[in-house]
Amino acid sequence: MNNPTIPIAKDNDGKPIWKFLLAELKPRGKWFTPFNIISIPIILLGIVLIVIRFWKGIGSITNLSQEIPWGLWIGFDVVTGVAFAGGAYVLTFMVYILNMKKYHSIVRVTVLNGFLAYVFYAGALLLDLGRPWNVINPIIGNSFGTSSVLFLVAWHFMLYMIAELIEFSPAIAEWLGAKRARKILSGMTIAAVIFGITLSTLHQSGLGALYLMAKDKIHPLWYSEFIPILFLVSSVFAGLSMVIFEGSISHKVFFNQISEKNHKAQKGILQGLSKICAGAMFAYFFLQLLVFIHNKNWDLLFTPMGYWFLTEMIGFVLIPMMLFIYSYRTSNTMLVRIAAILTMLGIIINRLNVTVIGFRWDAAIHYVPSWMEIVVTLTVIFTEIWIFRWIINRMPVLRESPEWANDEK
Amino acid sequence: MALDRRNFLKTMGVAGLTLLAGRNLANKTTANGEIEFRGLLFDATRCVGCQSCESACAEAHQFPQPTDEIVAGVVRKTSETQRCVVNLRNTSAGEIYSRNACMHCNEPACAAACLTQAMFKTKEGPVIWRADKCMGCRYCMVSCPFDVPKFEYHSANPKIEKCDLCYDRITQGKIPACAEACPAEALVFGSRRELIAEARKRFAGTPASYIDQIYGENVAGGTGYLSLSPAPFEELGYNTKLQNSSYPELSKGFLYTVPSVFVLLPPLLLGIYEANKNNHLKEEEHE
Ligand code: SF4
Ligand code: SF4
Repeated sequence: MNNPTIPIAKDNDGKPIWKFLLAELKPRGKWFTPFNIISIPIILLGIVLIVIRFWKGIGSITNLSQEIPWGLWIGFDVVTGVAFAGGAYVLTFMVYILNMKKYHSIVRVTVLNGFLAYVFYAGALLLDLGRPWNVINPIIGNSFGTSSVLFLVAWHFMLYMIAELIEFSPAIAEWLGAKRARKILSGMTIAAVIFGITLSTLHQSGLGALYLMAKDKIHPLWYSEFIPILFLVSSVFAGLSMVIFEGSISHKVFFNQISEKNHKAQKGILQGLSKICAGAMFAYFFLQLLVFIHNKNWDLLFTPMGYWFLTEMIGFVLIPMMLFIYSYRTSNTMLVRIAAILTMLGIIINRLNVTVIGFRWDAAIHYVPSWMEIVVTLTVIFTEIWIFRWIINRMPVLRESPEWANDEK
Repeated sequence: MALDRRNFLKTMGVAGLTLLAGRNLANKTTANGEIEFRGLLFDATRCVGCQSCESACAEAHQFPQPTDEIVAGVVRKTSETQRCVVNLRNTSAGEIYSRNACMHCNEPACAAACLTQAMFKTKEGPVIWRADKCMGCRYCMVSCPFDVPKFEYHSANPKIEKCDLCYDRITQGKIPACAEACPAEALVFGSRRELIAEARKRFAGTPASYIDQIYGENVAGGTGYLSLSPAPFEELGYNTKLQNSSYPELSKGFLYTVPSVFVLLPPLLLGIYEANKNNHLKEEEHE
């Protein structure tokens, strides 16, 4: 390990590492795909907006106000994005801890997705910070606000990113042809997984706990002391629905990267995941019911917000749950995908209901994100997809690992 | 809470002699061991709406002088350039002036929310904001039940603005600029206990001119900014729906479970891992 260049270079058929990296940096494939045509202008516009934001202040491109200090960037990018990234901890739990080998072929892509989601969506938090240069304060420890839930969440984001990077690192090592490094890094996987799951349970619920002190600001149908648990349980099926959704797209877009065997296995994987989703959603629905009864909010049910609450609970929890069950019984993969998309919509609605729609629902002036906030959000998402694609096309993520890596096992 | 009581007493012992000389009352602890924070008492029956406190505040903190007149029924709000406002309200007791500023809570939600301790409850009582620590996340604004902290949305180097009870002046032995400027004794500065006693005295003197409540005595776990009023407080624009217990308490339960999860979950996971390690049949299962 003292001189990593030599072994790596040797494993790459003698090509020096920097030449290899340079060659890999070049884009591959066609340029004029529909995705590129849509995403490139939006990303460029988004970059301009971000520059304006740092130059003229957050108010110059957002509709945030003194009463509503957190909007789309927190409510969607961070809170919802992280819920969708929950697939990584659930799947690593299933594959590495429960040893459910069936799902092994999708664990890498899920971890990669989770990692990038954290980097980008939690990174979006930096855009929302008014004084981002002070972000090191809670890290280097000159002022620990240990009584703050946000302190906990921020630290967990950071540590979890590291854990996920370790979980994913064998793929990077295989790409670079670094045999020794791969061996060491794979040896760290289980520790990273255990650490990562612990962190995840805490910060998935922590994102909900952030809003505990905003008791009088959130609509009572969405506020309860149980937000943390509700957020944690819903992150399970939020993450798995994302896995189903992303897997379905990847199987089309990156068709030729996926081996025959894994193509065949996909159906079984989808069935298994829909079963777990249905179970988690049942638990979630039951919890919501208990919370509702506990809070005695009957009279609120027959108000506009109450109808909205019922829409969320029935249309986006109960119905997709039944779809999952039905598709599992009938092995209908199409239905699984529809259920996954409905579930994801439900998660978006739920998280926004807590953080944006139900936050200050009674205020005279409602917060509606500006188009510029939306463009910046899209920029974050598109950039993430670009990086994701770049990595998939180069590293053995969907692809099988190289021969030498399999031999080692 | 953020404040360690023993440390507080120690430092107060020293600081009390030097900084707060002559204000001995303020430095003692009450019989039940409560820390003596200092605050303000606002008496709505005495306020004449002269806006002296507003302009003294603007002067003390280098803000532009407020130019908008007080009009009955029109609510002016505190903002990033105005830390306190006086408004004229139409109430059941006639036209009454109200006054808004930071409540300097005994257990401030803003400080509990702050992940850098930029929002900070000082041992003297004022809740202050410290520019060198704040990262501008605005979680304090989300958490404060009184919506007090304001953010400079149109600055590349934005600050959080809120009343700091003239902390600098207090440490120099002076009293807050607003209380000094008030010509009608509608604003009184002192230790919280003194202020509550004073409020009770005023109420006992002329019970007919007050409602029997001190806003701030219990709300949100007690605040340093106390108010007396001749009309119900909701008519003065005070939020009377807030809970009486402290707000940081709401997330304490969650924070307390964190260490136990960290201690219990990893070994549990490790155990499950060990149990399943050699289970090769799993591939066929779960079909
Ligand atoms: S009123 Fe708000 S800003 Fe002032 S101390 Fe209380 S929680 Fe903090
Ligand atoms: S905006 Fe500043 S003062 Fe407020 S919670 Fe964040 S870091 Fe603390």
